[in-house]
Amino acid sequence: MIPFLALVRKDLRLFFNDRRAVVVGLVVPIALASFFGYIFGGQRGKTETSRMQVLAIDQDRSAISRGIIAQLGDDKNLDVKPSTMDDARELVRKGKATVAIVVPKDFGIEAGHALFAGGKKPEISLLYDPSHSIELGMVQGILSGAVMQAVSKEMFSGPSGRQATKEARAQIEKDSQMRPAEKKTLSDLLSSVEKWNEQQAQQPAAGQNGAAGGLTIPFQTHEEAITSGPDIEYNGYAHAFAGMGIQFILFMGLDVGVRMLLLRQSGLWQRLRAAPLSRSMLLGSRAASAALIAGFILCVLFIFARLVFGVHIRGSFLGFLGVCAAFSLMTAAFGLMIAALGKTVEATRGYAVMATLLMVMLGGAWVPTMFFPQWMQKITVVVPTRWAMDGLDGMTWRGLGLSAALVPMAMLLLFTLIFGAVAVMSFQWETPA
Amino acid sequence: MLEVKALKKSYGKVVAVDGVSLQAGSSETIGLLGPNGAGKTTTVSMIAGLFPPDSGEVLIDGSPLCGDTDPVKRKIGLVPQNIALYDELTALDNLNFLGALYNLHGAALKRAIGEALDLVGLTDRAKDKVGTFSGGMKRRLNLATALLHDPQILLLDEPTVGVDPQSRNAIFDNLETLKKRGKTLLYTTHYMEEAERLCDRIIIIDHGKVIANDTLHGLHRMLPVTNVLAIELEKPDGFNAEGLLGLPEVVSAEVHEAVIRVGLHDLTAGAPAILRWLAENGHGYQHVTSERPDLETVFLTLTGRSLRDA
Repeated sequence: MIPFLALVRKDLRLFFNDRRAVVVGLVVPIALASFFGYIFGGQRGKTETSRMQVLAIDQDRSAISRGIIAQLGDDKNLDVKPSTMDDARELVRKGKATVAIVVPKDFGIEAGHALFAGGKKPEISLLYDPSHSIELGMVQGILSGAVMQAVSKEMFSGPSGRQATKEARAQIEKDSQMRPAEKKTLSDLLSSVEKWNEQQAQQPAAGQNGAAGGLTIPFQTHEEAITSGPDIEYNGYAHAFAGMGIQFILFMGLDVGVRMLLLRQSGLWQRLRAAPLSRSMLLGSRAASAALIAGFILCVLFIFARLVFGVHIRGSFLGFLGVCAAFSLMTAAFGLMIAALGKTVEATRGYAVMATLLMVMLGGAWVPTMFFPQWMQKITVVVPTRWAMDGLDGMTWRGLGLSAALVPMAMLLLFTLIFGAVAVMSFQWETPA
Repeated sequence: MLEVKALKKSYGKVVAVDGVSLQAGSSETIGLLGPNGAGKTTTVSMIAGLFPPDSGEVLIDGSPLCGDTDPVKRKIGLVPQNIALYDELTALDNLNFLGALYNLHGAALKRAIGEALDLVGLTDRAKDKVGTFSGGMKRRLNLATALLHDPQILLLDEPTVGVDPQSRNAIFDNLETLKKRGKTLLYTTHYMEEAERLCDRIIIIDHGKVIANDTLHGLHRMLPVTNVLAIELEKPDGFNAEGLLGLPEVVSAEVHEAVIRVGLHDLTAGAPAILRWLAENGHGYQHVTSERPDLETVFLTLTGRSLRDA
């Protein structure tokens, strides 16, 4: 036991003596996790939601176009600014604005005719940044509601609405193709609208309800984030700290492997091999120290996240510790496997960095796997980091119980066994002198 | 007592060690001499138990060395060719760590560290990081770390590579002290002067095979000459050394620039005749020196190649 403890203690001392390793292992993931946590939502309610930059080019300058732009400006997701056509094109091209909405000349008149008499529908142009096509859909949806409300409001209570209904009635009277019964019904409808409009014009203050306020979407939505409990809001930092922690711990595991490769080429390895120590002790002590360092890094990151960003372990604390321990062991086995399979340090480092980044990316450490396509979500179950992320998310912001941690833990331990077996079977114990 | 019997080791088609045998007793220093790649380090590695031989065996006090955890390994101390220390740790930390590998702890470890540091003269630097040490100090500490568990046999694989003459002498003094304490030293080197100074017996190894195993005196006896007479001529132009070959005791004669080197069986009998012959033939000379042939000459004689070029 004395040699085993000495080997582990020596690795820990070397790690903590190496300021670069400690900085890379702790400060960098904390900085990155803080950044990613902030841009991916942070602490809901405590951070400002970023608004989409939208430009409005009003070529119509009618009551309807002004109404549309005012409606858009009231939306909490949009930051609407007036612009000109040339400026808008330039700003969207440079990525300074996401979408520019162009309301063309005579839009108000044509929209009114299209509403009552089925005339030609006017066109609103949307100039958009192709790298933000998802946001384009969102703007289209908000714009539809705003147009409907502004046009109907003007038609039922504004002067251009009165003009439009008069013209529509005259057009119906002239229509020789329409049957008399249909003509009468439509004419009565427009007459009623015209009367309503005149009444509203005389009582402007009363015209805030019903059709006078314009047609609106006849429902509202109520959003409820399903987190670990009622009144507990999603904390984006929880996922970010888990993701960055996993990434940098894997890099630490990679470093363990590369250092072991270097050690095998050194006199120290000869001295270790000359001592009466078993192979399992030499590999096991390395795995133990790597797992301890990994566990330490995870703990420090989550303590920091708890103190600074209010990240709580909402689920099972035991489950959280279990996932951390299983992931730490998996990282240690990953490092040993690198040391076992590596030939030269340079080539090994290159391959291992690639493998690590793939695992990090596919495991959802950068972007949650829910944003992946369905097929990719299915295949990422073969990536150990996916299980680590699921386990840590489950035990932190999702607030799941111990049972939800068991499968991730089992899968991580399975990967530990696989990597460990590959390491033991492939390890080159003899190095030609 | 170290006994090595017919060790063999191959890597693919390359035979690194081919039937090496040797014996070494208490207070004996054995030199393993050979050029780079001769198989010295592979031989030492197998004796240290770093990996098993393909065939043959290593016996320590009659017990065969087998397996990674064989307690017999405690009787061996290895000083690897590459410095086996952590630069980031202090000398004391390194010693504590390496001592613990042999299950040493507490007062026993402390005492062992104190004695080892005292032997190599680094007691006052114990708390300094090894990274701040000079190359010679690192080499001395490298030796100290192999002594902590008080091994009977010390395997020294080129322990003076890259050190200054002062540190080299210090290491030699340390080794002579250890020898006096009854340790068995197996010393690999390709420096002939080191082997000549330190070793009771020298084993010359080349291409994995032992080509000579004797005392320095015994190795000299293997040579066709026992002495060389070097004579610096006043006027070397036109001198023909073939005339010397007919003289009694003369085995060889060659001229390089102004110096004639004459190989002799017997210096006492041969030298006067040579000097007389030079005088009679009108060849004046400025300096006359006699030399014993060194291990370089031995290696050259045995392999047909220079040791440093092999």
